[in-house]
Amino acid sequence: MSYQRVKFYQTGTFTIGNRLLDESNRTVQAGMDRTNSLNSGHRACQGCGEALGARYALDAVMRATHQQMVAVNATGCLEVFSSPYPESAWQIPWLHSLFGNAPAVASGVAAALRAKGRKDVRVIAQGGDGATVDIGFGCLSGMFERNDDVLYVCYDNEAYMNTGVQRSGSTPPRAWTNTTQAVGAHPGNPMGIGKNLPRIAMAHGIPYVATASVADLHDLEAKVTKAMKFRGARYIHIHVPCPLGWKSDPAHTIKVARLAVECGLFPLIEAEGGEVTDRTPIREKVPVEPYLELQGRFKHLFHPRDARALETIQAIADANIHRYQLLPVKA
Amino acid sequence: MKHHIEGSQAVAHAVALCRPEVMACYPISPQTHIVETLSRKVKAGEIGNSQFLNVESEFGALSVLIGASAMGARTYTATTSQGLLFMAEAVYNAGGLGLPIVMTIANRALGAPINIWNDHSDSMSMRDAGWIQLFAQDNQEAVDLHIQAFRLAEELSCPVMVCMDGYILTHAYEVVDLPTQEQVDAYVPAFEPVQVLDPQDPVSIGAMVGPEAFAEVRYLAHDKHLRAVEAIPRLSRAFEDIFQRRSGGLLKAYHTNEAETVLLALGSVNGTIKDAVDDLRKEGWPVGSLALCAFRPFPSHALRQAVQDAKRIIVFEKDLAVGKGGIVSSDVKMALRGLPTIVDTVIAGLGGRPIPKASVIDTVKQACLEGLEEPHFLDLNWDAINRELTRQQAQRRSGPTAENILREIGAPGASPI
Repeated sequence: MSYQRVKFYQTGTFTIGNRLLDESNRTVQAGMDRTNSLNSGHRACQGCGEALGARYALDAVMRATHQQMVAVNATGCLEVFSSPYPESAWQIPWLHSLFGNAPAVASGVAAALRAKGRKDVRVIAQGGDGATVDIGFGCLSGMFERNDDVLYVCYDNEAYMNTGVQRSGSTPPRAWTNTTQAVGAHPGNPMGIGKNLPRIAMAHGIPYVATASVADLHDLEAKVTKAMKFRGARYIHIHVPCPLGWKSDPAHTIKVARLAVECGLFPLIEAEGGEVTDRTPIREKVPVEPYLELQGRFKHLFHPRDARALETIQAIADANIHRYQLLPVKA
Repeated sequence: MKHHIEGSQAVAHAVALCRPEVMACYPISPQTHIVETLSRKVKAGEIGNSQFLNVESEFGALSVLIGASAMGARTYTATTSQGLLFMAEAVYNAGGLGLPIVMTIANRALGAPINIWNDHSDSMSMRDAGWIQLFAQDNQEAVDLHIQAFRLAEELSCPVMVCMDGYILTHAYEVVDLPTQEQVDAYVPAFEPVQVLDPQDPVSIGAMVGPEAFAEVRYLAHDKHLRAVEAIPRLSRAFEDIFQRRSGGLLKAYHTNEAETVLLALGSVNGTIKDAVDDLRKEGWPVGSLALCAFRPFPSHALRQAVQDAKRIIVFEKDLAVGKGGIVSSDVKMALRGLPTIVDTVIAGLGGRPIPKASVIDTVKQACLEGLEEPHFLDLNWDAINRELTRQQAQRRSGPTAENILREIGAPGASPI
């Protein structure tokens, strides 16, 4: 990315070091003119990663488009906690249709704008991992292959949280959910299944694909801002911890997200036209265990210790590190 | 100007004259000729800046239109049968949101067994989705109803299905008077949405509604249909003023004055039925017929007025509520509650089975002389059915019903059991 990264080791804490940056490099959220696309008063849980990710993503789109934007929302937590009248938290034109059709609805908004010759108004669609990798996948793939002028943002909390924590195609191996219970010979979600949607998006050859995390909001904003410089189908996949579904401390949302990035399980990458163009290196690699241990959904891996499962998950993280060259190459 | 033209081509021509801004389509027989023609017109630049999207499914097609309509664009698609079922969730969503989308249904049976031919099972499955449903008797009316549908949908902010019989109308070449652009422009005003996604005036569309307000929102959808009962005949008269012909309306009566028996049906079979009425009247039978053009909203009051002197209504319907019988006849009975009128249900024309005039005449005579069982199935092969029922009772693993019946009836290439 072309922005100046905050080096956390300068402060030795997890504080976002905006004050260390030149004003022009500070985050959208640090600005006095931030727009609060998703306003306060909504009903998200304490420590909700999705609410945080959505506000940062959409505020960045608002700034990039000079507030000339329309958002389409899939059914899910984000839709439910933000929308009930008369308490809609949205400060933008916002349309919710169904669980599985947000990409197609957004294609329709984009088509209407084309028909009306409006190039100034931009469209984003957003949904959780269930809406994106499972039920809405057909419509998403259609939107990608037609290269419709839509930025689709997936907030991935790795299960169906709105319905009470059930497995999705994005649920990680061995994770407990209410439909992959921690019982039997192989407790939790089976190994070796599931989808990697950023890679599937890349396979469509669309102009821009990126992954982002609420652990690095400056990076998230920069990627959303960059995505808005392209026309055509764009996809950003944001890792958003869910304290309810992950059985983690709401105070640990950012910490959990950061460990997912630093252990290699959630690599931060960018791709253009189907080719990886950049990745965020891991400064100091951490093992997967500190990440997993903070989450009750993996508790069965430690009581008693399931060394084989932990080794397999570590191997997945290591494979990501290798694939995207996330560790600095030693001279 | 009059043209000898295929029904689908004529409808595509009419839709194009209505200047839709966004169309999203997915192929399924027998509606494909409509969208093929429209795709060519868009690509040739004949419909201004109109956008035609080839999408991945019918669910995607209607979803695209939901977004486009909410953005203030005039929208159109066509589907049928399994395609309508595949988009079912979006059908109810568009109805509930009150988005004025116009969709052609090239009526076709629903599987299983898979069947591509005509009946009304598909649109009947969506009768309570909040869409207005208009049925065309012939290709001229199919053309005219599409033009009326855009004005009706946008005036009420309510989606409209124009139902035309698959193959029987979509693939039939008839003489059709195709309107001019000037006529259509004079009839269909510019689309002024009642709700729109506008960065200058942001609103949330599609918010969650709880028990405190849901019933009121649903009532208002019902109220819209009550207003459609008034609007449909008014827009039909306004159409006549410009186009110099009568098309649409709630229902069309044929010799119902002083008729003791009235045959009632939807769609193209009304042609056969009117011929049967002519023959029966020549023989001295006091019969008439009624074509329902509007099925949703159901024109209860107009129907009751039209048949108040009849002793018997025979509803010929191309659908089957399995486990119950008639769908249309149930609505007719409800509309006539309190009257002594007998209402018979004749299930006919399923999966493209012809409805011959002779069968209609025989059924009417049987109803008047002996009465009909409820429901009555037209021209069923009872021998084949009874042999299959016997087989099913004799052996547990009797096999797939459809294949067995095909062997019974002697489909080409089938071997006897």
